Amino acid sequence: MNYPEKIREQAEAILVRYPEGRERSALLPLLHLVQSHDGYVSDDGIAFCAEVLSITKAQVQAVSTFYTMYKREPAGDWLVSVCTNTLCRSKGGQKVFDALSDELDVGHDETTADGKITLEHAECLAACDYAPVVTVNYEFYDDMDEEKSLGLVRELKEGRRPVPSRGAPLCTLREISVQLAGFDEERTAGLEGNAQGDATLAGARLAAEAGITAPAFDPTAPLLAKQPEEAK
Amino acid sequence: MSVTVPGPRRPREDALNKLKPVITKRWMSPGAWKLDVYEQLDGYKALRKALKYSEGDLISFMKESGHRGRGGAGFPVGMKWQFVPDDGQEHYLVVNADEGEPGTCKDLPLMMNDPHSLIEGIIIASYAIKASRAFVYVRGEAIHAARRLRNAVREAKEAGYLGKDILGSGFDLEVVIHSGAGAYICGEETALLDSLEGKRGQPRLRPPFPATHGLYNKPTCINNVGSIAAVPHIVLGGAQWWKDLGSENAAGTMIYSLSGRVKRPGQYECSLGTTLRELIELAGGMEEGHELKFFTPGGSSTPMLAADSIDVPLDFDNVAKAGSILGTTAVMIFSDQDCPVVSCWRWIKFYAHESCGKCTPCREGNYWMVRVYERLLSGRGQMGDLKLLESACKNLLGRSFCGLGDGATSCVTSSLKFFRQDYLDYIEGHKPAVLDAATIGAH
Ligand SMILES: Cc1cc2nc3c(=O)[nH]c(=O)nc-3n(C[C@H](O)[C@H](O)[C@H](O)COP(=O)(O)O)c2cc1C
Ligand code: SF4
Ligand code: FES
Repeated sequence: MNYPEKIREQAEAILVRYPEGRERSALLPLLHLVQSHDGYVSDDGIAFCAEVLSITKAQVQAVSTFYTMYKREPAGDWLVSVCTNTLCRSKGGQKVFDALSDELDVGHDETTADGKITLEHAECLAACDYAPVVTVNYEFYDDMDEEKSLGLVRELKEGRRPVPSRGAPLCTLREISVQLAGFDEERTAGLEGNAQGDATLAGARLAAEAGITAPAFDPTAPLLAKQPEEAK
Repeated sequence: MSVTVPGPRRPREDALNKLKPVITKRWMSPGAWKLDVYEQLDGYKALRKALKYSEGDLISFMKESGHRGRGGAGFPVGMKWQFVPDDGQEHYLVVNADEGEPGTCKDLPLMMNDPHSLIEGIIIASYAIKASRAFVYVRGEAIHAARRLRNAVREAKEAGYLGKDILGSGFDLEVVIHSGAGAYICGEETALLDSLEGKRGQPRLRPPFPATHGLYNKPTCINNVGSIAAVPHIVLGGAQWWKDLGSENAAGTMIYSLSGRVKRPGQYECSLGTTLRELIELAGGMEEGHELKFFTPGGSSTPMLAADSIDVPLDFDNVAKAGSILGTTAVMIFSDQDCPVVSCWRWIKFYAHESCGKCTPCREGNYWMVRVYERLLSGRGQMGDLKLLESACKNLLGRSFCGLGDGATSCVTSSLKFFRQDYLDYIEGHKPAVLDAATIGAH
């Protein structure tokens, strides 16, 4: 297990987030962390987590195989996930998946021959109001269709990083795994990545345009009929 | 970002008047995720107000407001807080931000656009239940939400809203943002606790309930993102104000997440008890050439309703009366061009994939239902298949270890009730097969 010092330091930083004696809670972030180094959950990664937490490799493996975001094979820099759950599917999600599968010549959970792009079909990604949706390393590309999604992966193939509709400018899957392990986004542009969109704002905009606001209130009115007891 | 509204006609006044922008209002301000902008927009005023009251008073106030949980079951929030025993042990607040129920898409936009409202709600709730640590279990895929929440925690800490002796009150709180790793079942509250403890996300036997034996076997309160993010608004506006925003027996506003065959899908925050007819009106009407056929009131685990339920007020009681569940108000709207049988097949594939495998009815039942649907949809269905589906549902409902198994039966049972003919059409050959028998066989 030759993990660099930095990974060991990060592992320590993860452990202290949880109460003393409850370090096992660090396992999910630790698995994200080893994935940030290896590009998947390798045997070494499993051994590392087991060592850090003083649990068995079998215990770690039982957990890592339970969750779909932990990859069992080396994944590409770009994980392209296409939602094919019912709502997205009804709006063309399956067609998007099929088109990408043809274009990349891979099926679900497979990586292109050059090792760059991994394709997967995803379950509902909590963006049904933008159906059908695609994510790359979990950043959203909204309101997709076959043509737009082909354009997206062709750009990725050419080494470009198309800007997501919502989310941060793309970084690699290994880089994103550091954030999944609970470390801060270091790029200001990453934090500032757009989070708005027509569907998100649909109701609020409609209300604003129509001049509708919620009824006013007196923020100083007491919570209960009686006056506040002096707390502490 | 540019503010262009794709503009169908202006909705009718009666529908417009249902709009109540409270929780969603700050989403319009592009910088509201930053502390300075949040503070300009009333941020952290509710916390200052809440800290003037005792814990017990806050709980009484929440009960008084009639605020109910937004995670699907609609459990009264104040009551849940009260269940956490005041026994001197360590207590935890856990926020369920695992949003994974198909159709549901309201918590992610909230956390991305207004993360401080959740943090402020967490501080108030933790104070009320005397928790000194809170965890937000964020769905792994929701990376932009986690990113902004973590930033909000950092900013709040620097400003003295988190950490030791918050605003001089003597109250201490640490908040940890914890990303999951892709498993729908971890939204189920006890599976979430196991996952947060670093285990496989499998539901626990109840009782004991999390209120007394939750995270690390300590008293724990688990609330949905929407339940907690509403708290600062309620504290500022008052109990009566919150009640008046809703309708009779249904306090407050609700974010209806419209998806599917409407012109303008999206998040519409309205009085609790708005009807589908009004919601479709707000969304600019049905998509061109589409006629409403069925919809889910609150995600794929809530029984679908047919077009004749278009005037049911979508609140807890009225949706129950209509034979469904309000759930997460994830209103997925399907038309005459969508097939209920195909929809159910895809949902059941989802439940089969997400079943944690702990109990037999769910693990086996969903597996077999997928097989039956694939037989039907590849043109090899038999009359007995509908009975088979019904009996599978009978074995699941009430016999599963957790709500995932129960929820899986919702779409099957309700579609068989409303759209039996659509099933028969595949069996009798009136509808062409949509799946290829050869590829299905290869599974
Ligand atoms: C299979 C399953 C998945 C669930 N997923 C979520 C979820 O993603 N988010 C959520 O808040 N509640 C979810 N719930 C409901 C929770 O178990 C719990 O009732 C809720 O978090 C309580 O919050 P509330 O009282 O604030 O509504 C799920 C329940 C089940 C059975
Ligand atoms: S009902 Fe399904 S998800 Fe729930 S415990 Fe049983 S197998 Fe697991
Ligand atoms: S069904 Fe695709 S995001 Fe919800």
